[in-house]
Amino acid sequence: MIGNLIVVLFDGFAFGMLLFVLSVGLSVTLGLMNFTNLAHCAFGMLGGYCVVVAMRSLDMPFLLALPLAFIIAALVSVAFERTIFRRLYRAGELNQVLLTIGLVFVAAASFAYFFGTGQQPIVLPDYLQGSVEIGTLRFGAYRIFLVVMALLIAGLLVVGLEHTRFGARIRAAVDNQRVAQGLGLDVDSIFAVTFALGSGLAGLGGALAIEIVGLDPSFGFHYLVYVLIVVAVGGLGSIGGSFVAAALLGIFDVTGKFFVPDIGAFLIYLFMVVLLFVRPLGLFGKR
Amino acid sequence: MLKKTATALGLGFGLALAMSSTALAGGTVKVGLILPLSGQFADTGAQIERGVKLYMQEHGDEAAGKKIELVVKDTGGPNPDVAKRLAQELVVRDKADIIAGFGLTPEALGAASVATEAKKLMVDMNAATSVVTEKSPYIVRTSMTIPQVNYAFGKWAAEQGIKHAYTIVADYGPGHDAEKSFAKGFEEKGGKIVGADHSPVANPDFSAYVQRIKAANPEAVYIFIPGGAQPAAIGKALAEKGLTPPDTKILAQGELTLPEALQSMGQTAKGIITAFHYTLERDDPLNKKFVAAYEKANNGRAPDFFSVGGYDGMHLIYAALEKTKGDASGDALVAAAKGMSWESPRGPISIDPETRDIVQNVYIREVKEVDGKLQNVIIDTIKDVKDPLHGAK
Repeated sequence: MIGNLIVVLFDGFAFGMLLFVLSVGLSVTLGLMNFTNLAHCAFGMLGGYCVVVAMRSLDMPFLLALPLAFIIAALVSVAFERTIFRRLYRAGELNQVLLTIGLVFVAAASFAYFFGTGQQPIVLPDYLQGSVEIGTLRFGAYRIFLVVMALLIAGLLVVGLEHTRFGARIRAAVDNQRVAQGLGLDVDSIFAVTFALGSGLAGLGGALAIEIVGLDPSFGFHYLVYVLIVVAVGGLGSIGGSFVAAALLGIFDVTGKFFVPDIGAFLIYLFMVVLLFVRPLGLFGKR
Repeated sequence: MLKKTATALGLGFGLALAMSSTALAGGTVKVGLILPLSGQFADTGAQIERGVKLYMQEHGDEAAGKKIELVVKDTGGPNPDVAKRLAQELVVRDKADIIAGFGLTPEALGAASVATEAKKLMVDMNAATSVVTEKSPYIVRTSMTIPQVNYAFGKWAAEQGIKHAYTIVADYGPGHDAEKSFAKGFEEKGGKIVGADHSPVANPDFSAYVQRIKAANPEAVYIFIPGGAQPAAIGKALAEKGLTPPDTKILAQGELTLPEALQSMGQTAKGIITAFHYTLERDDPLNKKFVAAYEKANNGRAPDFFSVGGYDGMHLIYAALEKTKGDASGDALVAAAKGMSWESPRGPISIDPETRDIVQNVYIREVKEVDGKLQNVIIDTIKDVKDPLHGAK
C-alpha cells in the first residue's frame, strides 16, 4: 500500500511536470505580458511537428530535436508577433481571444493539410524507454526525464527573470511601458523577445508532451483547457505559481483517479473551482 | 465569321444534346456521404472517405448504367442534430438517392429518422453501436458492432484457459458496450472479472488506472480505448509498470495495436492479443491488392478498419444497384442488400437478411515481430460472427 502510494504520488508529480512544461510558456505570454494567447498550444503543436520531422526525415536524435523545437517555435512566433499580435497588445481581451483562437483553427487546418489527420508517433531512444526499479518500486524512465527537464526549465526561468538584468528589463517593460520607454529601454524588442521565449517554451513543451499525450492536428485545442487551468490556479505572472499549481493538479488528478476512479477525472476541475473560490487570483497571483 | 459561329454553335449544341441524352438514358444516382471531416474525429471521416473514393476509382463511377455521384458533407463531430440537418439537406435539396457514411453513432442516430421518412437506403459505414440498425428499416451496416467482436473475444479468452481478467474501458457508450459484451462472453465460459474501471474518453495519462490494475495483480487485462493518442499512452503506461505479456496477458479490441500505436510502443507491445474484424497484414490476395492500391492513392497512408468500412459500403451500393437494375428506391435497395454476401479485403462478409447487420469473421491477433517489424499476426479466426444483441431482448 505504501509502495502504491509512493508510485502514485510520483506519477502524479510527473504528470504535473508535463502540465508545467506545456503551460510555462503561457505563464510568460499571458502571465507576464498580459496577452491572452489562446494560440499557445498551437505553438506547442508546431514544436511537436518539428521534433517529428527532425527525427523522421533528418534522423536527428531526440535530445537534439528538443532545442530545435524551441528555436523554430520561437522564430515563427516572432514573425507572428511582429505582424499580427503586437497590434493587439493594447486591445481588449475579447479581441485577443478571437484572434488567437482563430489562429488555432488555422493551425489545425494547416497541419492537417501538410501532415494528415493521423497520429504522429515518435520512437524515443532506448535510455528513455522502460522503467527504473528501486527496490520493488518501478518508475517510468521518461517520467523521470520529464521531472528533470521541468525542474531545469523552472530553475532557469526563475533565475533568468528574477535575477538578471534582462529579467529586470522585461518586468519593467511589462509593469509600465511608458516609464520603461522613458528610461531608454527598447520596449518593442523586449516584448518580441519575451513573446519568442514564451512560444519557444510552448514548442519545447509540445515536443516533450508527444511521448505521453500523442500528437495530431487537434493538439492545439486538446490541451488548452489544462494549460489555462494551470496558469489560472498558479496565478498570473508567477512562474513559481505555475510550477506549484501544475504539481498539485497532477498529483490531485492521478491520486484521485487511483483512489476514487469513478469521479477521478472530475477532481482536477473541483480542485480548480475550490481554489479559485478561496483565492480568486490563484495561488501566487499578484494582480 | 457568321458561318463559323453558326457551325461552332451547332457543334456545341449537338455535343450538349449527345451528352444529355446519354445522361438521360443512364441517369444519375446521388450518394450523400455524411462524415466527421473536421474536429477531433477528422481522421475517422477522412479514412472512410478515402475507402469510398478508392472503390469508385477501381470500379468506375457507373453501376447498372447509372452514374454514381458523391456529395460529401461534414458534421464536425458527434453531432446528431447536424447529421440530421445534413441528411435532410441531402435528400431535399441535393436529391440524394442514398445516404451513407456515419463515422460516429450519434451521427447515425440523428440521420436514421430521415432515412425512414424519405424511404432512402442508409449505409452505415462505421458507427458501431449495436442499436443503430434497429433505428430504421432502411439502415444497412458494413462496418462492425462492438458486441459482435467482444462477445466472441470474451468467450475465446476463457476457452484459452484465462480465468481472471480486469477490464478497463473508455467511459462512453462504445466502452460500456465493450465492457459488458466481453464480460458476458468471458463469464459464460467460466472466466471471472476481478475489477472494472472506466477512464475518461480523452484521458491524457493512464498511470493511475494502470497502478490500480497492478495492485489487483490480475491474470489478464482487457482494454477498450478509442483510436488516436490513447492506445499508445495506455500501452506505454502498462509497460512502464511491468504489466506486459507473458507475465500479464493484455487483451483488447484492435484499436490498441493500430500501426501508429505499435510504432510508438515498440518492443513492449509484443504478445498483446487483440480481436478485430480487419487486419492490415492479413495474408490474402484481395487484401494485399486493396492495401497496395490504397497506399498508392493516399501518399503511403495505410488503410484501417474505417477505410474498409467505406470501401465495403460502396461495394454494397454498387452491387445493390446492379441487382435492382438501377432502381434506386430505398425499398428496392434494402431488399437487394439483405442476404448479400461478398469477398471483402477483410475476408468473407454478408448482410444478415433479418437484422440488416453485417456478419463477418472476428480475427484474434497477436503482436509479433515479422521481418524486424511489429505487426498483428492472426492466430485464430472465429467464423461468421453475428451481433449477439439483436433480437436478444
